[in-house]
Amino acid sequence: MTDSRGRRLLMAAAAPVGAVLFSVLASALILMIAGSNPITAYGDMLKHASKLEVQVSMLNRATPLYISGVAAAIGFKMNLFNIGVEGQYRMAAIFAAYVGGAIALPGILHILLILMVAMIVGSVWAGIAGILYTQRGVNEVIATIMLNGIALGLIAWLVRRWQAPGEIAVVGVGTEPIESSGIIPDLNFLPELIRDLRATEELTGVLLVAIVVGIVYHVLLNRTTFGFDLRASGLNPLAARAGGVPPKRMVLIAMLMSGAVGGLVGMAEIMDKGRYNPNFVGFLGFNGIAVALLGRNHPGGIAIGALLWAFLDASSDILQTTQTAPKEIVDIMRGVILLTVVIGYEVVRRIRERDEAARAAARLAEVSS
Amino acid sequence: MALAIELSGITKRFPGVIANDNVNLAVEKGEIHAICGENGAGKSTLMKILYGMQPADEGVMRVGGEEVAFSSPSEAIDAGIGMVHQHFMLAGHLTVLENVILGAEPVKSGDRIDFAEAKTHLAEVGEAYGLTIDPDDLVDSLEVGERQRVEIIKVLYRGAQILILDEPTAVLVPHEVDELFRNMRELKASGATILFIDHKLEEVLEIADTITVLRQGRTVTTVKPEDVSIGDLAELMVGSELPTPETTESTVTSDLALEIDGLTILDEDDRPSVDDVSIRIHRGEVVGVAGVEGNGQTELVNAILGTQHATAGSITLLGEDITHSSVRHRRESGVGYVPQDRHHEGLLLSAPLWENAALGHQTKAPFANGPWFDRDASRARTEEIRETFDVRTPDIDVAAHALSGGNQQKLIIGREMAAEPEVLLAAHPTRGIDVGAQAAVWDQIRQARAAGMATLLISADLDELIGLSDTIVVMYKGQLVATVDPAEITPRDLGSYMTGALQQDNEAGTSGEGASS
Repeated sequence: MTDSRGRRLLMAAAAPVGAVLFSVLASALILMIAGSNPITAYGDMLKHASKLEVQVSMLNRATPLYISGVAAAIGFKMNLFNIGVEGQYRMAAIFAAYVGGAIALPGILHILLILMVAMIVGSVWAGIAGILYTQRGVNEVIATIMLNGIALGLIAWLVRRWQAPGEIAVVGVGTEPIESSGIIPDLNFLPELIRDLRATEELTGVLLVAIVVGIVYHVLLNRTTFGFDLRASGLNPLAARAGGVPPKRMVLIAMLMSGAVGGLVGMAEIMDKGRYNPNFVGFLGFNGIAVALLGRNHPGGIAIGALLWAFLDASSDILQTTQTAPKEIVDIMRGVILLTVVIGYEVVRRIRERDEAARAAARLAEVSS
Repeated sequence: MALAIELSGITKRFPGVIANDNVNLAVEKGEIHAICGENGAGKSTLMKILYGMQPADEGVMRVGGEEVAFSSPSEAIDAGIGMVHQHFMLAGHLTVLENVILGAEPVKSGDRIDFAEAKTHLAEVGEAYGLTIDPDDLVDSLEVGERQRVEIIKVLYRGAQILILDEPTAVLVPHEVDELFRNMRELKASGATILFIDHKLEEVLEIADTITVLRQGRTVTTVKPEDVSIGDLAELMVGSELPTPETTESTVTSDLALEIDGLTILDEDDRPSVDDVSIRIHRGEVVGVAGVEGNGQTELVNAILGTQHATAGSITLLGEDITHSSVRHRRESGVGYVPQDRHHEGLLLSAPLWENAALGHQTKAPFANGPWFDRDASRARTEEIRETFDVRTPDIDVAAHALSGGNQQKLIIGREMAAEPEVLLAAHPTRGIDVGAQAAVWDQIRQARAAGMATLLISADLDELIGLSDTIVVMYKGQLVATVDPAEITPRDLGSYMTGALQQDNEAGTSGEGASS
């Protein structure tokens, strides 16, 4: 490892770690002002998170957040702000649940079919914004925000149309339940290596999907010429174009890929419930943007971000139970972390630029003297 | 009477290059003073220093007789200096009045903007300087010339007595230029001092009271327009001493590498920026394109590279019609590219050097292995480039922005040459790099030329053009106006062709054949 690489890594870690520390301190101050004891509150949070069942629950929460973060990161790498993961994953989820409920295939094929439908629907929904951008110059932020609204309306209509047949009282509200062949099995054997799980919590099998998504994202981005094209377009579109990267096609492909990954965000919930119902989990798309931001679009960074978010989610639950502190403190911490990390990254970027320039200049003087 | 502006001994160094070297300038009150010089002569740097955008390393500035040192444009504005940039800085959906007062709004009680007061003041300014414009027009609805007038009024509104106009005519059509000059004369009559940068010599002679010529960062001389001709000015700009053309053996072969036939490119307003241009470049040949910037050279290069569409005509690379091919196909077929602005089109500034070294070649060996990007090969190639082209860097993991301009340029040249292109499009390949590096770049191009590379060389450095080219064509207003032999041309004649003062008879101009034909 060269000197510059080491410094880069160190500095990359400085901002998020600093942001988390700062947010812990700032939140402590707020807790004291609000009349709570921050040490007890933080103690409760950590004690809670040390339980195996809670850790499983954190992984379950982190899984869709991670996939959503990667979906947002693909866009960010191209300087595209895909705000539409929210709509993309909901559309993908209802279609995947409907198809999965209507058709039963043997074993793994059923699961693959459901995942494929989700990816295709997600990328089609994102692709609309991509085509609007490349053909008509419509800003992708506006297009994806509007598509989110359209998706919600469409789903409200579809969910009634695709209501499972039979008495509501018996079958419940939602699409036809997916047969067990279409459900990714849980990974309970993993935590059970440590000890038997006490609660009903199951470790979602979609975690495997998330891991595959992360690996594919990393390899595609860093080890393929396509990834090089993608990153180059994001860093300097003019230079990328002069270097042979077709700008419009890259935008479209990036949107399609972002949408395809976005389509998988709802799978954890679908696999858990076995159907799509009207109180399907929301805001995973927006939280994914936060997680991608926190993790600097890096596959590992996004994972840490998703786990942190999941930890804060779990903490919110325990604070509600123990009443040691208002659970809203968790939202404050999230906000503080996000704001601080954005500032932190910029500060680090400037320091790094100055550091590199100084060392290059020193080198210049050294060689010419 | 004290001088409006007096600069003495201004020196500004950037890593690897001296932008201003002991520059002296004396501008009298109430005159129109032109600064001319080629690209890279140091005009813009000097104006940036004067306007407080960059500090000078050495030298003294006096405004109205008092010594000043500006650390920001706002201090320059307070001293009565205003700058009109080449690219307008206006908010299109605001009115003229709103644009003018933006950032200098008069306030009445309750922190509200005093529009009545603003309008009165604007009318006074317009009256005083003879500039008329409707304050309630939306800027979006204005013509380019009118927008420029808004920019000028904006500066006057802030109390500027001394105006710096950075290439004000570059964006204007002829009748707008006439209007601008009328306005400039009225401003002068009302007591304003105008400093303007231009390299269109006819215009300079028409409007200026005094002309200062810069060359390679130094003041060459200050002259009165009545004492000089366009030819004299051109010679002052490019240097009077005849550069010694390199007596290298011709390596021109009879194999055509690149054939451009009847190429025409229309701009957004359907005006031809490249007008029926035909050029043939053989393997082993360097064809130099001389011309004052903005006469179609950039568009010509873009069309060959594929980033701009040819409206008419054809481009043939090694026998294959590539007129409608993608940029990628052209690059893969062996088109190398050294862009005129390395930050714009040449580099991924925040990416490490070893990624930059692959840019434009990422789909070919050694960088690509099927769909895979070979990082190790890219790093190895970068080390090679660093070695061969003497790129001064602590290691190849630093980001490209950390390098000095000269070293960035060496990296780009190295990247393109290492890919062994069939045709190299080189726009100002040695701009902003030091003399030693310059010679190294020239050697590299000569070596590749001997190995059969065809080169289209665009340069503002006439020494470079004459020294490297086998044939020189001159572009003026989008057309090839002359084809000359670098062994016989003088910089003075070349300068005259470039400024349109001299025209070659038509035959040579339109055929544009290489020297070997």
